[in-house]
Amino acid sequence: MEFLSYLISGISLGSVYAIIALGYTMVYGIAKMLNFAHGDVIMVGGYISFCAMSYLDLPWPIAVLLAMLVCTVLGVVIEGLAYKPLRQATSLAVLITAIGVSYFLQNAALLIFGATPKVYTPIISGTLKLFGGQLSISYVSLVTIAACIVIMIALTLFTDKTKMGKAMRACSEDKGAAQLMGINVNGTISLTFAIGSALAAVAGVLLCSSYPTLMNTTGSMPGIKAFTAAVFGGIGSIPGAFLGGILLGIIESLAKAYISTQLANSIVFGVLIVILLVRPAGLLGKYVPEKV
Amino acid sequence: MAKKFDKPKMVPVPSHSIIPERDASKSPILECSHLGIDFGGLRAVDDFNIAIGRTEIAGLIGPNGAGKTTVFNLLTKVYQPTRGTILLDGMDTAGKNSAQINRMGIARTFQNIRLFSDMSVEDNVKVGLHNANAYSMASGILRLPNYWIQEKAAHERALELLSIFDMQDMANMKAGSLPYGAQRRLEIVRALATNPKLLLLDEPAAGMNPSETAELMENIVRIRDMFQIAILLIEHDMSLVMSICEGICVLDFGQIIAKGTAEEIQANPAVIEAYLGKKKEA
Repeated sequence: MEFLSYLISGISLGSVYAIIALGYTMVYGIAKMLNFAHGDVIMVGGYISFCAMSYLDLPWPIAVLLAMLVCTVLGVVIEGLAYKPLRQATSLAVLITAIGVSYFLQNAALLIFGATPKVYTPIISGTLKLFGGQLSISYVSLVTIAACIVIMIALTLFTDKTKMGKAMRACSEDKGAAQLMGINVNGTISLTFAIGSALAAVAGVLLCSSYPTLMNTTGSMPGIKAFTAAVFGGIGSIPGAFLGGILLGIIESLAKAYISTQLANSIVFGVLIVILLVRPAGLLGKYVPEKV
Repeated sequence: MAKKFDKPKMVPVPSHSIIPERDASKSPILECSHLGIDFGGLRAVDDFNIAIGRTEIAGLIGPNGAGKTTVFNLLTKVYQPTRGTILLDGMDTAGKNSAQINRMGIARTFQNIRLFSDMSVEDNVKVGLHNANAYSMASGILRLPNYWIQEKAAHERALELLSIFDMQDMANMKAGSLPYGAQRRLEIVRALATNPKLLLLDEPAAGMNPSETAELMENIVRIRDMFQIAILLIEHDMSLVMSICEGICVLDFGQIIAKGTAEEIQANPAVIEAYLGKKKEA
């Protein structure tokens, strides 16, 4: 029963990672860049929803929508100002810019909200007790898992079945050919950032509801972990991000419970290294040998 | 609403007789004047002038490295020209990007196949139908009625286009898993899906055997008849070029060395020289 409880909290944590990882993987798939500022968009989503609920007394669904809206705009603005001018630049330049944007967001948040952590009110409180109280699951965990599944299905349907999704897949395979077929490649990249950032806002709300301290570096560690999850599952692959996120959450949760709290992160990254040694492209990634 | 599919329905029996006489008063679909591009100090293409009629099949030939694909890249704005103008249907294309050029009516295929190989055959065609398929982002996410109507139309249109090459049964296959010849045909279908006025084919017969080439020739003529569009093709297979192209343009070292009909080109000493070298002076 104890195991089950750890497993569920692992899946819940993994769901948050998965939602964040989707943002990393989609942006990587299309723009072929690692958006290291993605983790900080989560933090912004957390702050926006916090302000909406605590200062403006808005109900949580409105707060979540507001956070999504602000993060979507933020994502598109970041892309337009910081990454778009570097479309032809080396990937290293873009990577460093992304790190710069990340620090910018963190320090802007520090300036605006101060260094004192805010106590976040979870969007849903209470726990579900099962088996005569032996197993208790917080509602937040259930909402997180449900949100992750809904997002996953919606995103898969979107990329597979809509024309915008097809344009995204086409751009991720061959931007030049897609453009010659009349697709607005820059618009498609912006759209990808918009979707990824909206998901980051959702992740921010769910993350802060599970771990209710909110400060300017809240997004960094989950961001890195989610990036790991995306690589773990195969970066560029949407089901890979989902699988990688969930597995990473479970590994972390079980390692914390049964091995060592301090070593949990080391174990997580250790598993990543082993997986990448065996499958360099990640679990569901496609290994493309370099053409010589 | 964006433009709907406005090309005439396919005519099942293609024949040359249904092609309307070319109306001399109508302006050509494509007019290039003094088109040129430099790469650093290299004049890759210089003073390229061409006019292509509305339902003409034109050929662009020349030895390797003559700049033929560069001309295609200029026409589709993969490269921005250094000099000269390109008029498409009387409209200047200066400052447009590749996507806008495609929407204006030029579609192309590639010398080395560039399909979206991880996507299905049908989805490849649907990428070509992207701009004809008009529904909003919200309809797409929420699956409003307009989404279903438009996607159904796109599905039917995609199968209809695939049926030109009898490929409708392959619709669900991955594009990358198709045999080579079918991939080449799919590229043509994908280009046609974008509803072009001018279709550029970059070595459509490359890697094909003589019987496949013969079939392709028939199909190129058939496509022109069905869609009433102009086709400009680059090809090394002279039997193909000489038998279907109504006008031929020969390029060497980035310059046009000859223009004319097949007979004129075959008799042109400059062309013979470019291909075979100069006769040794006695």
